[in-house]
Amino acid sequence: MSGYLGSYATLGLLIVVGALVFVGAFSANRLLSPSAPNPAPDKYRNYECGLDPVGGDWAQAQIRYYLYAFLYVLFAVESVFLFPWAVIYDRPEFGASAVVEMGIFVAVLALGLLYAWRKRVLRWT
Amino acid sequence: MPVHFAAAHGTLSSIWLLVAIPLASAAILLLFGRFTERWGHLLGVASVLASFILGLIYFFSLRGLSSPYRAASLNLFDFIPVGGLKVQFGLLYDPLSAIFVLLITGVGFLIHLYAVGYMSHDEGRRRFFGYFNLFVAAMLLLVLGNNYVITFVGWEGVGLASYLLISFWYDRPAAATAGKKAFIMNRVGDAGFVTAIFLMFATFGSVNFADVFNGVASHGAGQTTILILGLLLLLGACGKSGQFPLQAWLPDAMEGPTPVSALIHAATMVTAGVYLIARSNPLFTANLTLQTVVVAVGAFTLLFGSIIGGAKDDIKRVLAWSTVSQIGYMFLGVGLGGAAYALALIHLLAHGFFKAGLFLGAGSVMHSMKDRTDIRRFGGLWRYMPITWATFGLGYLSIIGIPPLSGFFSKDPIIESAFNRAGWTGWLFGSAALLGAGLTAFYMTRLFVLTFHGPKRWTEDIEHPHESPAVMTIPLVLLAVGSIAAGALFVYSPFNVKDWLRPVFNNPAAEGHEHIGQWWATGMTFVVVLIGLAIGLLLFRRGTAPQEQPAGPVVAAARANLFGDMFNETVFEKPGLYLTRALVYLDNRGIDGLVNGLAALVGGSSGRLRRTQTGFVRSYALSMLGGALLIVAAMLAVALG
Amino acid sequence: MTIAQDALQLPHLNYGALAPMLILFGAAAVGVLIEAFVPRRSRYALQLVLGLGALVAALIVVITESGTRELTAGAAIALDGPALFLQGSLAALGIVALLLIAERTLEPGGPFVAAAAVTAGTEEDRTQAAREDAGTEVYPLLLFALGGMMLFVSANDLLTMFVALEVFSLPLYLMCGLARRRRLLSQESAMKYFLLGSFASAFFLFGIAMLYGFSGQISFAGIHSAIQTSTQSTTLLYIGLALVALGLLFKAAAAPFHVWIPDVYQGAPTPITAFMSACTKVAAFGALIRVLYVAFQGTDWDFRPVIGAIAVLTMLVGSILSVTQTDIKRLLAYSSIANAGYILVGVLGLSKDGLSSTLFYLVTYGFTVIAAFGVVTLVRDADGEATHLSRWAGLGRRSPLYAGLFTFLMLAFAGIPLTSGFTGKFAVFAAAIGGGQSWLVVFGVVSSMILAFPYLRVVVMMWLSEPGESTPTVSIPGALTSATLAIGGLATLVLGVVPAPLLDLTNHAAQFIR
Repeated sequence: MSGYLGSYATLGLLIVVGALVFVGAFSANRLLSPSAPNPAPDKYRNYECGLDPVGGDWAQAQIRYYLYAFLYVLFAVESVFLFPWAVIYDRPEFGASAVVEMGIFVAVLALGLLYAWRKRVLRWT
Repeated sequence: MPVHFAAAHGTLSSIWLLVAIPLASAAILLLFGRFTERWGHLLGVASVLASFILGLIYFFSLRGLSSPYRAASLNLFDFIPVGGLKVQFGLLYDPLSAIFVLLITGVGFLIHLYAVGYMSHDEGRRRFFGYFNLFVAAMLLLVLGNNYVITFVGWEGVGLASYLLISFWYDRPAAATAGKKAFIMNRVGDAGFVTAIFLMFATFGSVNFADVFNGVASHGAGQTTILILGLLLLLGACGKSGQFPLQAWLPDAMEGPTPVSALIHAATMVTAGVYLIARSNPLFTANLTLQTVVVAVGAFTLLFGSIIGGAKDDIKRVLAWSTVSQIGYMFLGVGLGGAAYALALIHLLAHGFFKAGLFLGAGSVMHSMKDRTDIRRFGGLWRYMPITWATFGLGYLSIIGIPPLSGFFSKDPIIESAFNRAGWTGWLFGSAALLGAGLTAFYMTRLFVLTFHGPKRWTEDIEHPHESPAVMTIPLVLLAVGSIAAGALFVYSPFNVKDWLRPVFNNPAAEGHEHIGQWWATGMTFVVVLIGLAIGLLLFRRGTAPQEQPAGPVVAAARANLFGDMFNETVFEKPGLYLTRALVYLDNRGIDGLVNGLAALVGGSSGRLRRTQTGFVRSYALSMLGGALLIVAAMLAVALG
Repeated sequence: MTIAQDALQLPHLNYGALAPMLILFGAAAVGVLIEAFVPRRSRYALQLVLGLGALVAALIVVITESGTRELTAGAAIALDGPALFLQGSLAALGIVALLLIAERTLEPGGPFVAAAAVTAGTEEDRTQAAREDAGTEVYPLLLFALGGMMLFVSANDLLTMFVALEVFSLPLYLMCGLARRRRLLSQESAMKYFLLGSFASAFFLFGIAMLYGFSGQISFAGIHSAIQTSTQSTTLLYIGLALVALGLLFKAAAAPFHVWIPDVYQGAPTPITAFMSACTKVAAFGALIRVLYVAFQGTDWDFRPVIGAIAVLTMLVGSILSVTQTDIKRLLAYSSIANAGYILVGVLGLSKDGLSSTLFYLVTYGFTVIAAFGVVTLVRDADGEATHLSRWAGLGRRSPLYAGLFTFLMLAFAGIPLTSGFTGKFAVFAAAIGGGQSWLVVFGVVSSMILAFPYLRVVVMMWLSEPGESTPTVSIPGALTSATLAIGGLATLVLGVVPAPLLDLTNHAAQFIR
């Protein structure tokens, strides 16, 4: 195993092994299980923590979770950019312009937050 | 010596006005419609008069130039600059153009004037003058172009005007059909002309007169090429001038108003073929076979026309066949080459006068006879319309060549030159021309006697034939004066055409053959003409039966136009019809079937492919994934395979 | 690979040349502020003025900067002839599209939803459809999209290109869902566009990874030099090339990545469809020619047959499927697919002529298609636009002027001489023949012939059918739509009759820098 793609050989091997295990497990199941399964109705019921299921399995999540998650991601990504900037902004040739540029960057992101706030997205009820 | 046309300067730099004035007038008459109804005809006449006056001014300024440089070329703008083909919108005013300009505008003016009276009761008079001016403009462009393309533009322009005017009374089926016939037969000739232009460009790289002639002179083309080129041009000339084998449209063209017949189908447009050959004289004189063909066409047509002319009973048809025959003389002349070029043009000018006069006279007769044209129902009219009688009579004497009228000076030398052609062909063509002169005397006598003399054979509804108004008789008189004077003037005066045209046909007569002398030829012709005249007089002195009588084979054939139409019908029309039907069948079944089949295929695959557009994102995504795999695979296959 | 901190340099920014994009992004940010703080009734006028002002300013700056030929922002952005030409085209087409978007006289409040959060089909939805105001979010979204497109066509490395792709894609997804009427269709189209667009973006990103794997570079110049010098296996290069091209061809609507086009074009508000069909095409092809001409110049022989096959497939699919369409917007959508094929033919000329003819075609097609969709917005009944073709029967009797204009535009699409469609097609086909790709031209001509049928069928329907009971009326357009139609129609005519100035311009611009 050599060459550029050779370093992926281990990964490829892992995928092959995984597939074999998967196929093997299901084949073993098929081979070992009785050919006529238990006809009792409970056999086909959803099973959850030893309790009978309540209600349908389609549940709607609150849309606000989505919005908050969205706003969170915005600033999480921002911090990814802020960190390397914080390391170098005080270097001699960077200085003021770097601060201003990052200020603009943060301001643009803040603009989104501002918009969300004005549109009353941040109010939980 | 290479042909070169000096650039125009001074007075001559405005020659474009010649074309522009009638063209503008035509545009005004045709575009402004009814606003010009009241004064439109006057504008039409005035514009041609203006062109005539300008023509005279230019003529005398051209005379003022010294002889070898007597030409003025004027490039107005680039007409078609495409790749190697550079066609300029250029005009050339040289002695040949000059006499044509004078003929077109001079005779044209008289006929315009006549038409004011002739068309006074017609509702379409404004339209008529619009077309008529359009014709004059196009004809002037034809004779003024300095290259074949511009000539062709004028050529097509006169063709269009001719078509519009033949079928001027478009509600008459005969007129509409005659217009179509003229148009289609001219297309055949035009195809030859166009092909000739293509061939010129392919051979000489230019379509300018000067370049083509210099190319011929410097042996830039083989004899075969010159022959083909000449034959193609001849085909075009035959179409426009009603020469065999494209003669059949010209007599039918008499369905148009009589001034049209006089101007377009007698005096000017039909001589465009003669102009084309005369203009291309360096080309035609470069090949002997070519000249022989032109001579043969001329000799054959002049006999053909005069035989049919003797059997016709319609006054305008007789004159039309006479035109065919007389242009045959001109073709004979230009075919003979050398000095005969000038003779042909002298005949052309003289013919322009006397034939226009004859047609206008015929129109005057028709005017008083309620538009009847059957000469069997005329007779004895000389008493009622003396001016018409006198002018028509002068034209008649002129055309048959009675000295000292113009026909004598113009036709006899052509006959003489024909006899003096080298070899046995001289005797052949000379005899044909001589016989034609006799036949001309016969049918013209018949026409004249039956119309103006003998007993009255009028239809019942005609009571008092009357002389036409002055606006019509004045042109008749002027044209009659022209018929008398033109011959002597053009041959012997200081204005003689031979000297005038010497710069154009700069190949002085070199044939040493002289089969018969001038006096012999003249004498012989005179005798033959008298015989024809006498026969006509004896046969028709007492009139003729008012209905068609059974006749022998020759007369029957002549009445049927010597089977010219029948020939066209069987050789071209019928096979063409069958070919068309076969092609239509093939088109319907074969090609349409193919096209419809393809269309059905497209429609069907469209319907099937449409089902792949399911509207489900999952299937769309799948198709994109499939596409991605395909592209990657294809890219790898192409790059690494 | 680690980057030494000391090697870091502050990249130089040519603010003058970047100004068009900065103006648009700045104006878009201001637009967001207007949305947030200005009272609802004043927003429309403010947003329209701001949008038009920004676009006109951007266009002016592009024109004044037209001589610029340089790489800026650390070679992440190339401002060369094609980039500036395309930025100018985007600004010009954006102005025309904005006029169409801002039209509010055809129906009360314009074509955009008044309250986007209302559930479609409910009683509330019916009241919002009748409201006389409308949301104005579309204006900042449009500016963001146009800014992103401008960045997209001038991006000089793959990551910048990807960022730009997302910057202009996301607003487009949103705008598709903003229709005031037939909201379910509109939202469905937005959802489809978003899902498939993300899918394509993923391919694009995957392709970038492959190319980085091959060359260790993301800049076009770096990839180009790696192709020349690398001794590595080229498998990764070709997989990467295929996937990057796929991402771009998706936006350009080439088969088999065209599947979203008919549904999205039909569902989106018509002015947005007009904007997408003109500007997205410009952006997508602008990026595609840069990638193919700058980064992959050395691999012509390998990608040409594959992309050529895609071009043929695109032309055939677009033309054949348009034959059976019954909805005018879907018909125009398939026509847009076929036109993507024609532009690809020009691209594959792979020469200066190919480049300039592609630029020319993009501009001519953009103006024509905006005007065509502009006419579609005029044919209405009580339920909004009447887009089914049977409803267009006899329109020529009802409104000869607009039916005449539409006929002219259809003839332009069909490539009849004296229209810009003819000169454009002629230019791309000539470039392809010049590049030795005559087989593409054969298919191009065949598909043009097929495509003439649906175009002329519309014309025949409009003029030769009797107007029926159900023939809708043609609304009298307001000043803004009139301006759109006039500009689009005139551009189609003028570029057909005197194409020389624009051709000179494209010829002058057709030179990339690396």
